[in-house]
Amino acid sequence: MEFHSPDSWREALEVKAAQPEAVAIFGGTDVMVDLNFDRERPGAVLDLTRVPELGEWGEGDGRLRVGAGVTYTRIISELGSELPGLAMASRTVGSPQIRNRGTVGGNLGTASPAGDALPPLYVSDAEVELASTNGTRRVPVVEFITGPKRNAMRPDELIAAFHIPRAEGPQQYAKIGTRNAMVIAVCAFGLALRPERKRVGACLGSAAPTPVRAREAEEFIESVLDWDSRGEIGDTELRRFGELVGEAASPISDVRGTAAYRTHAVGVLARRTLGWAWDEYRRGE
Amino acid sequence: MRLRLNINGETREADGVWEGESLLYVLRERLGFPGSKNACEQGECGSCSVYLDGVLVCSCLVLAGQAEGREVVTVEGIAEGEELHPVQRAFVEAGGVQCGFCTPGLIVATHDLLGRNPDPTDAEIREALAGNLCRCTGYEKILDAVRLAAERMS
Ligand SMILES: Cc1cc2nc3c(=O)[nH]c(=O)nc-3n(C[C@H](O)[C@H](O)[C@H](O)COP(=O)(O)OP(=O)(O)OC[C@H]3O[C@@H](n4cnc5c(N)ncnc54)[C@H](O)[C@@H]3O)c2cc1C
Ligand code: FES
Ligand code: FES
Repeated sequence: MEFHSPDSWREALEVKAAQPEAVAIFGGTDVMVDLNFDRERPGAVLDLTRVPELGEWGEGDGRLRVGAGVTYTRIISELGSELPGLAMASRTVGSPQIRNRGTVGGNLGTASPAGDALPPLYVSDAEVELASTNGTRRVPVVEFITGPKRNAMRPDELIAAFHIPRAEGPQQYAKIGTRNAMVIAVCAFGLALRPERKRVGACLGSAAPTPVRAREAEEFIESVLDWDSRGEIGDTELRRFGELVGEAASPISDVRGTAAYRTHAVGVLARRTLGWAWDEYRRGE
Repeated sequence: MRLRLNINGETREADGVWEGESLLYVLRERLGFPGSKNACEQGECGSCSVYLDGVLVCSCLVLAGQAEGREVVTVEGIAEGEELHPVQRAFVEAGGVQCGFCTPGLIVATHDLLGRNPDPTDAEIREALAGNLCRCTGYEKILDAVRLAAERMS
């Protein structure tokens, strides 16, 4: 097995161009499990942890560019107020040891339907920045994730960063699992309110082959929310929102839960998170 | 390949390292640091926890070459000299050790917690140790040990 550990981005892209089959590794929290269990035996591995740019983030005109190698721990401690939904989702990932190593870039690379970083990216219409020696391109995250464990990255490309607007209002993330730590989501739900545009982003995780936006639920609730006077949401409307989110699910039954349970539970998460986010908005936070 | 890294303050070298092996394997099988335990090799149990450049990680999930030139602190490097570190002493005294397999990981994780947060609440202790499994103690004595260590270190 060949091992490359370039210390510049340029060099990393050159390695990937010369050896498109090389497997990139950052935190290793997905890659190493495959290597340790002999599920994968790549001819070459490309370590990206020495590329300084990947660990950087910055802000310009209200949008953030976050390097693919920023860990969950850093998202929680450095970006909690800019990206509260993603920070909440990051807190649910694995354990301190996993959050100290695991990255959003790796979550995008793995493209698991249960990836906890993904719903927050979906609800904020984030874009993934891909790079190769031929240049860079930006792909909306909904187009980047193409199926379970599949994404739109070409073999000669690497993930440089993701671009995401700073939160425009309250955000939430909730996840169901058998314990409070170290669980792959049975189902999960991300929510973002954008009061200035009177828009709501709603995304289901672990309830379909990819994360999915609940467009009907979004449109329904946008039209009934009392944005200007910040009135309470009626019980009927909350319930309807939950139902419509449930209808957006196309889950499977597996060891973690049945399809029926997932559909029901994700609706409950939707109802609750909307209640929390709307309360926060009403309090004017 | 050849690997050179700093372990517990000393430079160490390993030859003939396979590019696909983990830091845990290098520590245990090539460099004679068997303190970090190998139980799951998938990040689930925390018994292989070490510091990598000051950050708590599962060494089974670090690819050997990623540790080249880096500083690693294992459970063997927690105590200074022959005296047990207060965290280690607290685990022994509070009954936080039964078979002991999980203990090295828990010592390193507790050391990390108390370094960041000298006076953690019970909820913070549980959160910080969520990635370390113990099949013997039922965790109560481990919580006692962490509280005792925090008290003595403050
Ligand atoms: C014990 C345990 C618990 C976990 N819990 C959760 C959880 O609760 N929620 C969750 O979502 N995930 C969880 N995971 C999975 C994993 O931690 C995440 O998917 C994490 O985001 C992966 O990031 P990484 O940097 O470790 O990726 P790596 O393992 O380094 O890489 C993952 C994939 O992305 C590719 N890749 C990484 N960086 C790049 C890049 N810059 N460019 C191109 N490709 C790249 C790799 O080639 C690989 O295919 C868990 C894993 C473990 C071991
Ligand atoms: S052996 Fe590394 S976490 Fe279990
Ligand atoms: S003491 Fe036996 S596993 Fe914890």
